[in-house]
Amino acid sequence: MSFVSLIATAEGERLALAAAGAWTAERAAELERTVDETARRFADARDVDIDLAGIERLDTFGAWLIERLKRAFTMGGSTARIIGLSATDRALMEELQLVNRRPARRSAATSSIVLALHAIGRAIAEIGWSFVLLAQLLGALTAVSLRTIVHPARLRLTSVVHHLGRVGWHAVPIILLSTFLIGAILAQQGIFRFRTFGADIYVVDMITVLVLREVGVLIVCVMVAGRSGSAYTAEIGAMKMREEIDALRTMGLDPVEVLVLPRIAALVIAVPLLTFIGSMAALCGAGVVCWLYGGMAPEIFLERLREAIWLPTFEVGMIKAPFMALTIGLVACVEGFEVGGSAASLGLKTTASVVKSIVLVIALDGAFAMFFAGIGM
Amino acid sequence: MTSNATVISVRDLVVGFGDVTVLDHATLDVFEGEILGFVGGSGAGKSVLMRAIIGLLPKRKGAIKVFGTDLATLGERERRLIEQRWGVLFQQGALFSSLTALQNVQFPMREYLDLSPRLLEEIALAKLEMVGLDADVRGKFPAELSGGMVKRVALARALALDPDIVFLDEPTSGLDPISAAEFDELIRTLQRTLGLSVFMVTHDLDSLHAVCDRIAVLSEGRVIAAGPIETMLASEHPWLRSYFRGDRGRQIHHQIQRQMRH
Repeated sequence: MSFVSLIATAEGERLALAAAGAWTAERAAELERTVDETARRFADARDVDIDLAGIERLDTFGAWLIERLKRAFTMGGSTARIIGLSATDRALMEELQLVNRRPARRSAATSSIVLALHAIGRAIAEIGWSFVLLAQLLGALTAVSLRTIVHPARLRLTSVVHHLGRVGWHAVPIILLSTFLIGAILAQQGIFRFRTFGADIYVVDMITVLVLREVGVLIVCVMVAGRSGSAYTAEIGAMKMREEIDALRTMGLDPVEVLVLPRIAALVIAVPLLTFIGSMAALCGAGVVCWLYGGMAPEIFLERLREAIWLPTFEVGMIKAPFMALTIGLVACVEGFEVGGSAASLGLKTTASVVKSIVLVIALDGAFAMFFAGIGM
Repeated sequence: MTSNATVISVRDLVVGFGDVTVLDHATLDVFEGEILGFVGGSGAGKSVLMRAIIGLLPKRKGAIKVFGTDLATLGERERRLIEQRWGVLFQQGALFSSLTALQNVQFPMREYLDLSPRLLEEIALAKLEMVGLDADVRGKFPAELSGGMVKRVALARALALDPDIVFLDEPTSGLDPISAAEFDELIRTLQRTLGLSVFMVTHDLDSLHAVCDRIAVLSEGRVIAAGPIETMLASEHPWLRSYFRGDRGRQIHHQIQRQMRH
């Protein structure tokens, strides 16, 4: 590596500085130290010559450091000159004389308590705002749905079927697998605990109520939120980033009608179906475990099942499904429309979509539990 | 100030995708300190050649030498060193959307150089000012910048490490004629101040006329002509005739003749 140097010769108030070597980016850290130290040590020099004749190579980094050195002297009221500049480097030095003239505006320092309060306030405002957005989209969706009911030809059937295939049909295997396993695990745990006080047979009652009323629909919703809600957010967000949504608007089309309605309609149809399939798979899983682990013959399990299932139990689970689908769809689309210009915001909103829809689905499930208890179902 | 040293030399380069051969034995030289304008019809493979040189696309045959070394023969480390000596301005800017304008310019410096935070900030601001931006853009994200500003920030980022070669992929596309002319002027100024060699893919006849020292023309996978604009205008090749002497080319042709007369 080549050498760099800045040799100082002081005579009273006069100072001659001779720079030599390659003043380039690779040596910037070393050069900065030298320059700052020189400026500090000879701070009382009144008349400074900076001789650049010895410089072999000069790039923006080196040139800026020389400019900084010169400014350090001129700021203190001294005169500083640059001499020995080669023709090729002159343009660069002249260019750099113009930059960084305005002092950078520093934001006023705020205490960490204020910052913390600020963050809390923002977060609360954002939560409130996200509910406003949800209500807005729900309103727009209702208006569009009513319009579609009056003019059924406006429904984008192809789009609905396409999304139905993606969120419904393609989700069947993974839903079957996970609900089957959940049913099996619940049955195993139930048998293991109930056996200690000889109540194995009531495991079937527990499973039935748990699966049909709560677990089936919740598991399906969590899977759908993670699988399809995130996809909706990412799709709409990417369309927003690439101005496709603005393009739709300029063509006189309503993004809610074109993008949101088919997606949410597909979810509202698919989730009850998946819930039914999932609940059945969970009961199968429970039956298999009762037979192989609990020693309960399949006939006895079915017999018990018939006695334990009460139509409202089944209805409660199924009624909840479309509302939860609506919630997932609305949250996913709202978050999609909220995506800004950056890739990071797309990621952030997709995460927010999944997290918010799962939390809202659980909260909604709680509300339903109180409601059904109230009406005696 | 064109000297004769070759910074990029491409020999018999063949690049293709699947069954399609985009570049068929293309040969091209870029000399030190010149601005080379690279033209060709849409889809002729101009960007492909640029991407092949900077190593984003694999070549099938031929040799690419940058600063006299064949990149294919280099190991990872030596390659990195060469890559630090060039900057690329992509067509859409390709700024990192999650970083501010200032952070975008600082990014390559932070990766490759050991700088104090103060120097890092000063140099990045200096680069932004050199490309004609106000220091106020420093905190803005790419999504908040106009098309012309994105190009300028991207140019500042391409210049971050003080490269010897700058590749510009259609730098003035999407800019209005006034901004485009300003951008051309900026490239000219920076090329002079920093002593750059510039490889510019462009469609802009005005840029070709205003800033390019030499022009190379790509057609049917080969470089069919290279030379100053006067040579292009005098050429009888049918593609060159229609490109430079079509309706839009004719105006520039007249302009040049007028200048020559004076």
